[in-house]
Amino acid sequence: MTEIYDLGIAGIRSGIADGDFTAREVAETFNARVSAAKPLNAFLVETPEHALAAADATDKARAAGETLGKMAGVPIGMKDLFCTQGVETTAASGILKGFVPQYESTVSANLFQAGAGMLGKLNLDQFAMGSSNETSAFGNVISPWRRNDGGNSDLTPGGSSGGSAAVVSGRIAPAATGTDTGGSIRQPAAFTGITGFKPTYGRCSRWGTIAFASSLDQAGPMAHDVRDCAIMLEAMAGFDAKDSTSLDLPVPDWEAALNSNLAGKKIGIPKEYRVENMPAEIDALWQKGIEMLKDAGAHIVDVSLPHTKYALPAYYIIAPAEASSNLSRYDGVRYGLRDLPDGAGLQDMYAATREAGFGPEVKRRIMIGTYVLSAGYYDAYYTQAQKVRTLISQDFDKAWKSCDLLLAPTAPSAAFGLGEKMDDPLAMYLNDVFTVPSSLAGLPAMSVPAGLDGKGLPLGLQIIGKALDEQSVFNAGLAIEERAGFVAKPEQWW
Amino acid sequence: MSIDKETVKKIASLSRIAITDAEADAFVPELNQILGWVEQLGEVDCSKVEPMTAVIPNKLRLRDDVVTDGEIRDKILANAPIADHGFFAVPKVIE
Repeated sequence: MTEIYDLGIAGIRSGIADGDFTAREVAETFNARVSAAKPLNAFLVETPEHALAAADATDKARAAGETLGKMAGVPIGMKDLFCTQGVETTAASGILKGFVPQYESTVSANLFQAGAGMLGKLNLDQFAMGSSNETSAFGNVISPWRRNDGGNSDLTPGGSSGGSAAVVSGRIAPAATGTDTGGSIRQPAAFTGITGFKPTYGRCSRWGTIAFASSLDQAGPMAHDVRDCAIMLEAMAGFDAKDSTSLDLPVPDWEAALNSNLAGKKIGIPKEYRVENMPAEIDALWQKGIEMLKDAGAHIVDVSLPHTKYALPAYYIIAPAEASSNLSRYDGVRYGLRDLPDGAGLQDMYAATREAGFGPEVKRRIMIGTYVLSAGYYDAYYTQAQKVRTLISQDFDKAWKSCDLLLAPTAPSAAFGLGEKMDDPLAMYLNDVFTVPSSLAGLPAMSVPAGLDGKGLPLGLQIIGKALDEQSVFNAGLAIEERAGFVAKPEQWW
Repeated sequence: MSIDKETVKKIASLSRIAITDAEADAFVPELNQILGWVEQLGEVDCSKVEPMTAVIPNKLRLRDDVVTDGEIRDKILANAPIADHGFFAVPKVIE
């Protein structure tokens, strides 16, 4: 019999509905998994009582014959970028140590409304700035995965949603929330053999989500498979008047419309994504993905996205520029850390607080952002980057004239070892080469696990769709999932 | 254009981040490497391109001009490092 902890959202939901087990048993199972998973350092705060309370509410509702919510009885991990009422929320930064939100983010509130419980708050790159979870002020998250070379070296779960990826792949939580600014859902999903979905910009409210780069930040689900992602995104998404960029559109029933028959669909293969030095294994996986989509009935076409090479440099102007503005709120006055040296005035207090509270990568990005927005450089850097962003978005619009979806790898490599790239910020930035362009254009995209590399580590394929066409992305993801037969799981060593 | 230590200190000051001399020295090559790399954007001819303002076309909504919240002073002050008499407290700014 399948253990409860091996089940995803759909499995838990139907098990509870059928009376195979109670929601309380599910919550107890995962609470125990959480407390046994400390070596991974994935949780910043554990909230077992929250998971139990939601479970009891589900059991009671079922006993009373009430209709259960989409996420009823499913205890999830919450990336610590979502403000949770009464539960410390730090964005993995020292500057927010001790911050206890007095309100609930819209996304977490939506999930709780749908019946989900919370196992705890998940570690991440500090303010979601990073691709390996190594910029957290509270230590690295260690991936449940290990290379099969017997070396047992600690690997990154990816970032910034590294805690989310680690707990879902380690069967410590059946699903977790993520946020994606330049690939922070998709890359960690690929590194850990799970499925991660970034919806169209505006689908999920940003209200109560700690801001990194507001024109790019989008929440999304990280889960076992495509169906679970569809269920969870339905629960997370929806119009919210409190977010001025929230899309005032109904949330489609993506789960009900899942269909892996891709007859009539055209899949574009962007030639600019064939980057130099791409590992042969990644290229081979991409080819395999093409064959799988053909097998599902899709027609493959070559497309060009000519400004792809400029996406990363544009992103590393725009994201730090927005971050430098967003993070100006951390000043030691209203919340979080205050560092007040003896005899210091207000300005000194700001500078000392921010020096003490922000990690090196956060400081680096604030400094870059401040520079590119400063008088005399604004047009040369920031305005130029926003113009290039327009061109990148237009590249996609042109591609959609000849195809419905794009297929590409999610990341240019499998998970790397902790510490391997931290000395070179630029090398780390290049990790996001395949995910950043669609972020700049606000498009829905997902990563689906599709195979293992020679060292036994997961590799992901990415599907990018037209704005608001999450359904086609889900469907193509399902077609790959059904054909890839990815069942590998990390062996439990922790 | 490359940046020097004085520029780094000026950016740090604009960013309200205290840095030591040694940290400023370390930032010089790092920021130069990153800024040197983003300068490739200058190659792109954008003379006929408008800068992006909204990634998904979306009209800004108007709402009725009425109070929608309030009476939550204690909640707002709950996380303040120091709150006094219902206000955020900061070091003295006027002698």
